Amino acid sequence: MKVLVCVKRVPMTGGRIVLTGDEQAIETKHLGFAISPHEECGVEAAVRLWEHHGGDTVVLTLGPADAEEQLRDAMAIGIARGIHLVTTGEEWDPEATAAAIVEAITADEAVSGPFDLIFFGNESADSGGFQVGLRVAHALRRPCATGLKSVTVDHGLARCEQETGGGRDVYELPLPAVVTVLEGLNLPRYPSVPGRMRAVRKPLETTTPERPASRLERARLVVPAGDARQAEVLGRGPDAATAVVDLLEQIGVAS
Amino acid sequence: MSLVLVEHADGVATDVSLQALALAIGLGGETHALLIGPGGAEAAQGIPAAVAHVAEHEALGEFAPDAWAAIICSLADRIGAAAIVAPGSGHATDSMARAAVRLGEPLAANCTAVTPGDPLLLTRVRWGGSLLEEARLHAGRALLTVAPHAVAPVAPGRPGSIEPFTPDLAAADLVVRVRERVAPPAGGLALADAKVVVTGGRGVGSAEGFAVVEELAGLLGGAVGCSRAVTMSGWRPHTDQVGQTGNKIAPDIYIACGVSGATQHIAGCKGAKRILAVNTDPEAPIMSIADYAVVGDLHEVLPAISAELRKRRT
Repeated sequence: MKVLVCVKRVPMTGGRIVLTGDEQAIETKHLGFAISPHEECGVEAAVRLWEHHGGDTVVLTLGPADAEEQLRDAMAIGIARGIHLVTTGEEWDPEATAAAIVEAITADEAVSGPFDLIFFGNESADSGGFQVGLRVAHALRRPCATGLKSVTVDHGLARCEQETGGGRDVYELPLPAVVTVLEGLNLPRYPSVPGRMRAVRKPLETTTPERPASRLERARLVVPAGDARQAEVLGRGPDAATAVVDLLEQIGVAS
Repeated sequence: MSLVLVEHADGVATDVSLQALALAIGLGGETHALLIGPGGAEAAQGIPAAVAHVAEHEALGEFAPDAWAAIICSLADRIGAAAIVAPGSGHATDSMARAAVRLGEPLAANCTAVTPGDPLLLTRVRWGGSLLEEARLHAGRALLTVAPHAVAPVAPGRPGSIEPFTPDLAAADLVVRVRERVAPPAGGLALADAKVVVTGGRGVGSAEGFAVVEELAGLLGGAVGCSRAVTMSGWRPHTDQVGQTGNKIAPDIYIACGVSGATQHIAGCKGAKRILAVNTDPEAPIMSIADYAVVGDLHEVLPAISAELRKRRT
């Protein structure tokens, strides 16, 4: 099988979001970065497919030079090679992101054939556009199912499960196909030290696409006004139990 | 004129669809509604739009997002809609993204406010609600989804007219469709419906450590939740996770134990009516989100609360 997983580098924001002075971005100088949670599960899924079926696995990102860190992380758990579409760090809107990814996929497929399955996160943790995977699938003329908690491949079909209401809806997509997945798809493994060492030497292809003008153009970011709450301390340690149960009784949940 | 995709269940429009309709009305001009699938004609009777278009077709018994996108696009073209608005639910967002790429237009997902104009000004959600973005939409036709519970819904009302129609559906648009429904993996009391949720975070320390959390949740008839740190460590299944990439819940009381309060976790529980934090750190970020706090070790505090509950019941 030939499998691609597309990932995005996002900051790990912690307890508070702080903006840069010009309100154009999150201040990230004290933050670490990671692969956005939904597609982290896509990376794990791609590795499991390779363990089962063999073949070629590729991780791709559109992001700044530092995003190589995320590509090497994916390679450290077993992805064979990477494609880095290097940007200056400015955000690309969903249309522009999808177009650049389609171009890279088309170029790779011209060399070594179509990807049987392409994984995207359903939405990125930061910009939450919910559309890049679908745009790429449309351009490639491949079926796509979204928001998936389970993807299994059997006899040229991807069986996909999506949670709705109290159950799961099942889709069957003929390969080659595109899927967008949600965290909970699997439990991603941690990279091992030997895995990290191997990753450093795995092939990485880089290009520098040109960023088109944004049709969804950011004016500024705003941290929503909090309530400036100060929690009422009911007590310290086990002695607080009385006050807590008084509260629970008051709310009507204690019995 | 705007076209609003109205989702419905059991013959009634969903709340989030009525919220989307409210935002569309704010764009000015006439508002039309589109209802797709069985029950649409009944639900249309409660939609205060100029026209409620009801798409009926034997192939629309189960959700098929490409078919929905095709219907949205052809109706928008037919009536000359300048904007297409939908609730930010899973299915509607999926359909709208497909419609956007077919129409060659951008899609602004999870908007909380719009100001008509050229370009359209909008505010939309980032980071699951922990951050907002003000943006300008440069588009021939504005496609927007509306962040759930950010806008007050319109009250139900009768439409000016109801127009059923049978769309032309291509076989290619029915490849991606729901084939069957299966049960979800086994889990405890559904987090989404629980009035009481007791959540454990990294401070619980281990899978076994959750015994005190489970005990308290059990006594309160509530559900057990967990933070992403817990799920990533393999102590609890992802179905228990509360947060931006897990469950988003709104219980009567949310008891967060050993949870630091990362913004992505708060994105999942900020709908709670009350939050009680149990944490050894009085400066933890959760303390500025919570209504009540106990400063202490959950391994001592929770058993004490459970013991007090038992004592008062005898």
